[in-house]
Amino acid sequence: MISLTSPVETWAHRWPAGLKLGSLCIATLFLFSQEALWFHASVFAATLLLYCLPGALFFTSGIRRLFALWPFVVLVLIWHFLIDARVEGLVVTLRLLSAVAIANLVTMTTKLSQIIDVIRWISSPLRRFGLDTRVLEIGIALVIRFAPTLIDKGGQLAQSWSARSHKKPRWKIVMPFAVLAIDDAEHVANAIKARGGL
Amino acid sequence: MERKIALIALFAAFIAALGLIPKFTLAFGIPITAQSLGIMLCGTVLGAKRGALAVLLFLLLVAMGLPLLAGGRGGLGLFVSPSAGFLIGWPVAAFVTGLIVEKWRAAPLSIVAGIGSVIGGIIVLYPFGIIGLSIVLEKSIVESTLLMAAFIPGDAIKAVLAGAITAALAKARPMSVLSRA
Repeated sequence: MISLTSPVETWAHRWPAGLKLGSLCIATLFLFSQEALWFHASVFAATLLLYCLPGALFFTSGIRRLFALWPFVVLVLIWHFLIDARVEGLVVTLRLLSAVAIANLVTMTTKLSQIIDVIRWISSPLRRFGLDTRVLEIGIALVIRFAPTLIDKGGQLAQSWSARSHKKPRWKIVMPFAVLAIDDAEHVANAIKARGGL
Repeated sequence: MERKIALIALFAAFIAALGLIPKFTLAFGIPITAQSLGIMLCGTVLGAKRGALAVLLFLLLVAMGLPLLAGGRGGLGLFVSPSAGFLIGWPVAAFVTGLIVEKWRAAPLSIVAGIGSVIGGIIVLYPFGIIGLSIVLEKSIVESTLLMAAFIPGDAIKAVLAGAITAALAKARPMSVLSRA
């Protein structure tokens, strides 16, 4: 499974993941506590600069992901222009873009293995209460292993549907798809048991 | 134990795979993806606790940066985006849906699962989504509700589908419908 971590190695890739996640929380809280337009304009400009520094490939993949927010941006801007609150509309839009862009920056510069280490560290207090966090790690591994397999099987179902009908495959393939997922789960459970169980 | 973990993990992967089913569009241009149908099915098939755990596991992987949400989206940015409230409400929605299917055994499964999905996937979920939207976009609760109301018909259709699919699954794989096991 391909994670959204950027293949372009940046200086931030080497920072500790915990530090980045902690700073992200503080930065987001701070963004939402500020109301001045100049503040949000400069934060957004600085964030764009951060996206530019590692090069064109990093910049375009980052901007492409921000682009998913366009319906909200259009909605907020039109709304605020109609009610004659333009400055407020710009503040809301810039804050939204900066908050999402900064969070995406952490995702793009942190490897999956580093994030798993942070999760292991955060969940360690649970072990003291007698909870087995290994189960969580196995769960994560199973999803990462099986999401592409299921996506593949879903694709095959959609394809065989298209071979039989000129209509697009829609909800009717969800039922056989769920059966496939359940059958896979039973196989996996038997395989784990056969290897000594949890 | 192994069976429950495998079902929870596979349903988390199932939600991800549902994100790839081509979305269809309602009459007035509102897109519907199958992913929220997956949230309802987690509750109706796995039951309250395990359904919520499957959704939490899915969200954990999204937060970790895997592109599992519809349209290949993922990462931490989603949790500060206007739809963050819906993501936070998803596990609660699956829990409530599952709880209704577990407790209410007097009526046929398709009806119980359908009504459970309406209560969990709309009545419980939307307040989360609306509050999230009103915080991020600085809209009042009433304005946010008006914006979100357009999505309710799509989710109502999905609740009906969740009822029908759950009843069919109970016939095809009765042992695996943990909410009624």
